[in-house]
Amino acid sequence: MKVPTQILQILLTALLVAGDPAAWSQKSPEPARQAPVSGYVFLNPQTQALQDDEFANPGYLWVTKGARSYGEDVGAGACISCHGQDGMVGVAARYPRFDSKAGTLLNLEGRINRCRTEHQQLPALALESEPLLALSSFVTEQSKGMATQVQIDGAAEPWFQQGQDYFFQRRGQLNLACHQCHDESWGKKLRGDLISQGQPNGFPAYRLEWQTLGSLHRRLQDCESGVRAQPQALGSTAYLGLELYLVWRSQGLALESPGVRR
Amino acid sequence: MSDSPTIRLSVPSTAQAGELVEIKVMIQHPMESGYRRGVMGERIARDIIKYFRCSLDGEVIFQTQFYPGVAANPLLSFYTRAEQSGTLLFEWIDQQGVTWSEQADLMVE
Repeated sequence: MKVPTQILQILLTALLVAGDPAAWSQKSPEPARQAPVSGYVFLNPQTQALQDDEFANPGYLWVTKGARSYGEDVGAGACISCHGQDGMVGVAARYPRFDSKAGTLLNLEGRINRCRTEHQQLPALALESEPLLALSSFVTEQSKGMATQVQIDGAAEPWFQQGQDYFFQRRGQLNLACHQCHDESWGKKLRGDLISQGQPNGFPAYRLEWQTLGSLHRRLQDCESGVRAQPQALGSTAYLGLELYLVWRSQGLALESPGVRR
Repeated sequence: MSDSPTIRLSVPSTAQAGELVEIKVMIQHPMESGYRRGVMGERIARDIIKYFRCSLDGEVIFQTQFYPGVAANPLLSFYTRAEQSGTLLFEWIDQQGVTWSEQADLMVE
């Protein structure tokens, strides 16, 4: 059978356009993104039910603990003595954000630790430690159901650009970029699992694989070891920028933390 | 977390006499099976809760045993018939004999 030359030409052009790296690495002030779909949608019904049940959801163990330490009189005063009972409502929806006083981008964990060292006269908590996870999951839970809104212009712009570049950069022995799975292949199967969009709105989340609650940065480390790349440190510049990009990319989704994830 | 683990209880505060009430309890615990190995190949020691019991004013109304196959942060759900008001005592005992407990009042109308 003879394929008409015209059709072949159209197919070739389409391939060339899709394969052109300049098409997706162009930097515009508000880059294109697809409609976000929460990781919740990619879970099986049992795991969804576990997240929805406010008693059975194990993430609430940390939220409960965090609520307790929020009111605990420590250092120069309890969190609650400045922020009040409902002071944390909506806060998590604005992070990460650039802090001009700190001169750096802060995520929620970073913000909590700044608050401890500057206002409470306490040492910073270790990243991924139980007390910090408790506080960050409590604070994030206070914004449950809210949509995130982060600033990506001004001082935050270089962080955003760096995070976006990280997302599109191939890495590891498998030579895969985040983008290739989570933009181009979501909804397909990776062995037994459905590939999600890699949205951060459920974090800090209880992962069944971890059998515990963990931060987004810990999840990113797992992603990187998944493609056999060297994971970055928790709280590293690379992950902070990536977190800003991911949260911006998820805008429109409601915060679900404490989410339950595979 | 060096201090006591977080415990969550779901107990109805009031119940009709003779009513079947659902009680749900959860405790934060790694339930380390003892079969896993760390990144350097070293054996991770077993660390599990062995027993759980719930008593109403000293009388045991539910008890169970845990084994290494139970997942972390065990959640239990059980029913009891509400006959008299009293204090429910929930106790978890780990393999070393360390006990964690929590109480809740049940009012029967």
